[in-house]
Amino acid sequence: MQKTKKSKTIKRLLKYVTKGYKGQLIVVLVSIIISALVGVLGAQFIKYLIDDFITPLLGNQNPDFSALLNVIMMMGVIYLVGVLCTYIYNRLMINISQGVLNEIRKQMFNHMQKLPIKYFDTRSHGEIMSTYTNDVDTLRQMLSQSIPQVFSACVSMVAVLIAMFATNLYLTLVVLAMVVLMIFVSRYLGGNSSRFFVKQQEDIGKVDGYIEEMMEGQKVVKVFNYEEESKKRFDELNEQLCDSMTKANMYANILMPCIMNIGNLGYVLVAVIGGILSVNGILTIGSIAAFLQYVKAFTNPLGQVSQQMNSIVMALAGAERIFELIDQEVEQDEGYVSLVNAKIEDGKVVETEERTGIWAWKHPHKDGRITFTRLRGQVEFENVQFGYQENKRILHDITLMAREGQKVSFVGATGAGKTTITNLINRFYDIQEGKIRYDRINIRKIKKDDLRRSLGMVLQDTSLFTGTIKDNIKYGKLDATDEEVYEAAKLSNADKFIKHLPNGYDTVITGNGEGLSQGQRQLLSIARAALNNPPVLILDEATSSIDTRTEKIVQEGMDKLMKGRTVFVIAHRLSTIKNSDLIMVLDHGRIIERGNHQELIAKKGTYYGLYTGAIEID
Amino acid sequence: MFKKLSKYVKEYKKDAILTPIFVILEVVMEVVIPLLMARIIDVGIQNGDVKYIVEIGGLLIVCAILSLTFGMLSGRFAAKASAGYAKNLRKEMFHKIQDYSFENIDKFSTSSLVTRMTTDVTNVQMAFQMIIRILVRGPIMMIFALLMVLSISTKLSTIFFVAIPVLGVVLYYIAIKAHPNFERVFKKYDKLNRVVQENVSAIRVVKAFVREDHEEEKFKEVNDEVYRDFKKAEKIVAFNGPAMQITIYTCILLISWIGSQLIVGGTMQTGELSSIITYAWQILASLMMLSFVFVMVIMAQSSAERILEVIEEEPSLKNKENPVTKIKDGSIKFEDVSFVYSDEENKNKYSLQNINLDIKAGETVGIIGGTGSSKSTLVQLIPRLYDVTKGSVKVGGIDVRNYDIHALREEVAMVLQKNVLFSGTIAENLRWGDKSADQEDLEEACKLAQADGFIKEFPSKYETVLDQGGTNVSGGQKQRICIARAILKQPKILILDDSTSAVDTKTDALIRKAFREKIPNTTKIIIAQRVSSVEDADKIIVLNEGRINGIGTSEELLKTNNIYREVYESQMKGGDEEDAEN
Repeated sequence: MQKTKKSKTIKRLLKYVTKGYKGQLIVVLVSIIISALVGVLGAQFIKYLIDDFITPLLGNQNPDFSALLNVIMMMGVIYLVGVLCTYIYNRLMINISQGVLNEIRKQMFNHMQKLPIKYFDTRSHGEIMSTYTNDVDTLRQMLSQSIPQVFSACVSMVAVLIAMFATNLYLTLVVLAMVVLMIFVSRYLGGNSSRFFVKQQEDIGKVDGYIEEMMEGQKVVKVFNYEEESKKRFDELNEQLCDSMTKANMYANILMPCIMNIGNLGYVLVAVIGGILSVNGILTIGSIAAFLQYVKAFTNPLGQVSQQMNSIVMALAGAERIFELIDQEVEQDEGYVSLVNAKIEDGKVVETEERTGIWAWKHPHKDGRITFTRLRGQVEFENVQFGYQENKRILHDITLMAREGQKVSFVGATGAGKTTITNLINRFYDIQEGKIRYDRINIRKIKKDDLRRSLGMVLQDTSLFTGTIKDNIKYGKLDATDEEVYEAAKLSNADKFIKHLPNGYDTVITGNGEGLSQGQRQLLSIARAALNNPPVLILDEATSSIDTRTEKIVQEGMDKLMKGRTVFVIAHRLSTIKNSDLIMVLDHGRIIERGNHQELIAKKGTYYGLYTGAIEID
Repeated sequence: MFKKLSKYVKEYKKDAILTPIFVILEVVMEVVIPLLMARIIDVGIQNGDVKYIVEIGGLLIVCAILSLTFGMLSGRFAAKASAGYAKNLRKEMFHKIQDYSFENIDKFSTSSLVTRMTTDVTNVQMAFQMIIRILVRGPIMMIFALLMVLSISTKLSTIFFVAIPVLGVVLYYIAIKAHPNFERVFKKYDKLNRVVQENVSAIRVVKAFVREDHEEEKFKEVNDEVYRDFKKAEKIVAFNGPAMQITIYTCILLISWIGSQLIVGGTMQTGELSSIITYAWQILASLMMLSFVFVMVIMAQSSAERILEVIEEEPSLKNKENPVTKIKDGSIKFEDVSFVYSDEENKNKYSLQNINLDIKAGETVGIIGGTGSSKSTLVQLIPRLYDVTKGSVKVGGIDVRNYDIHALREEVAMVLQKNVLFSGTIAENLRWGDKSADQEDLEEACKLAQADGFIKEFPSKYETVLDQGGTNVSGGQKQRICIARAILKQPKILILDDSTSAVDTKTDALIRKAFREKIPNTTKIIIAQRVSSVEDADKIIVLNEGRINGIGTSEELLKTNNIYREVYESQMKGGDEEDAEN
């Protein structure tokens, strides 16, 4: 089971290499083979030189060195070829490994863009990040170092093995017996080592997680005098990590000496057996000497391979996680209704190429007819049921109608399901039962991208990007002119604070807008939505962290922005939603009251209670 | 720099010293073993002397066992020393950070502290292991091998004395050349990570604006940059192998040529020639190791710098000598307080100016003011999270700088605006306030904070496990748990920094009512956006751009303070009208 998974991962990795780099790969393989053979040959060169060229000259009064010089020159050429091949394969492997990594990272990221929100909601960001950093990095080491080294070592070993067989069968068998012993030992040590490496990775995860959490909450730690406790807990985890790390490294460290010294043992055995054989005249002295050289030439690459095994195992585990990301099921989109530019001709909606400011839904029907519906921004819920988990309903039987240009607000206690409703309109999550219609079209039929393009969002989490203020606002409309950006900023009243910044609109903000106050961040995200200029807006507690005075300013801007649009508002402050056309009071996932402010106040029900602070719906 | 860091080897000093000692012994064996091997061929095999082969073979096996033992020991000590060293570094940093003041924390971003404690420590640890194992092995092996060559032939050894420096210079040059390129690669890597991280945390915005393509383009750009720069850096390093090979092959050819003449001339044995070649390989191998270590150390250098920055950062707040440990009561006095943040951005800007305040023990004080009016800054001076720039803050009649910091904070509980819950059960989180609190205490505090009700609705009640950051409870619930946690401290002063913004008005009012009834002697300071949250306070402070704009009860301020009236009216006016209609 484990094995097949591993070989599958290897096969898949190989596919990346063979896909774009077949030609280069062949050159690499040939170069490695040549370079390894030159290495093997080079090791034997001296013996050959002594036996065939130096010994005959011994005792010669007038030795002729020309033959010797020739062979050295020849060897020089061979060495040069070897060096060249080494350079070629090193150089090409850079192309291949960096190219493959580039491709893999691109695939990961592009695939990730297509994953449903659920994927992100159910995983920690650290977990996703570590796939991009740690896992890709171990893969790089494997591709650029481990694999060429192992391959080269294998070529050397095969070459030496052939030479050994050609020299003497029995001695070869002795060597092979040693190899079996080595494999046995390295499997034992390697097994232990990788067991502790797995444990080490786990412990690293724990320590890193703890560090992350404590650093995030460091100010709370200080306020609660919790320093000593947090030190104590950290020390425990740190100690555990140290323990598993020591063991994992220890087994890895002693592998090499074990292999090398088993090799030495083999050397002695071969020497003794060979000596006996030569005394009995079965083997020539030269052959034994040669064979002993082979034994050494055989053990060295074996040691190298054993050194690489750990990093290969770790890299494969990383590759598995990478492929797991790439294999995640993407967001399904069975929509076929698209959003197009339109114009009105003879009272009819017609598709057009130009940007008219009028949009229409292009609706192809089964019978081949294509109809156009003008985008108006009417949203309708019909008996909607939803839960994040199949068996746990969050929303029950939600039915509502937001007509074009209406402001619909949701109020209710935290956890009543207000945010969830907005997650459904743009299909971050799909409903389990019921229907949501947009301009009378079931949103399941609308292409997700087009649906979302027609909806603007201002969320609780403002999510800004590293870059200038201008870039961040432009996120709402990538091809916006500077004028449009200023216009949007003015509309949302962000203009004033931006102008106070040292570099105005070109001020670079980092991370998640560190250095800006929560209110300023929200002003920016409102400006972003304003620039986007969608027919339908969703505002999720967009003003909760802006102080009342600023909020008043924002509110004015928002009112301008909301004009002519359908707006869904979620807010805790009832003052901001009083002018809504429709207010929905939610409780435990059900709409328990609806109407406008006057109606609901007159009703003297939950809303009235909430408004006057008389009752609690929590 | 490495010297400074080396002091954290501490209790692993023994292992760190034993490692190179055993490495040296191992190297001695590695030098002796080829000698014995040569004897076996040159004497034993040549003469067909099986007895001799067995004798030397036996010796060789003894050496092999010794070599194995030394190797295993050095491996073991190295593992212990390096893992222990990493442990100490992490511990040192973590403990140091616990001693940081807010000012220190502000200086480093959270993510940078995390990287420093993880990736950077790993880099330094790897370099450390390299240093104690290979930095000794390389030169020792080279010296032994050179000595052997010298003892065989001084003439041939000159080849090495020329080749080694030449190769050394070449390798050094390659490493130096590659270093800035790798630096650049790491910077690009940071950028790539940042793009991914921002994408992941902003995924809702990305999808809402349908900017997947834009994000892909952004990623492609930085991904290609990484690809290009990495290739450039590696291309330089790719010369390492060939440079090495060229040198060794040249040496071998030269040795062969000169050596064979020496042999023919009768001044050298054939066996000696092959021995020299073996040593040539060893010398080259040791050089290779050194260049490898060199690169590793260079790479670890910037990591070491970043670690040192954390360790050497001086905590900006310290206890005075003989600090006061007893806080008399919860009265607070600000005497002409001004405050400037020390970070670059706000260096020349007064965040607070000439603040004078007198708050009696047990009073409830509301603070209201626009974004950037320094409300949080003001209250953070009370538990001495920052030190005032001018003037003085007194709690219980004594300057906060004269208190023992822990004692002070024990009595001043604060719910931060950016409050954090930790992974673990609700009960565990609550016990941050009071380690020894029993279930009854917890429930009582939670009832006060209006959290008991919803907690009991969870299937596992107080044992409900919270995710990191408390993401599995709603914002309002989180705030109430945080308030309960602060109440459990039974402080003399309780500060809520905009801590009920996500709680509905009714619950908010209930919390305040409970404060009034259950903890009347505690001084309560409430920062809020909602007027209703502070309306019934004994005293309301209106802050504007770091200055006090007005102090008084709601009624008084409505008459005298424009800002307050404006805020009040914008929040209350509509409601009054509606009420009038009914």
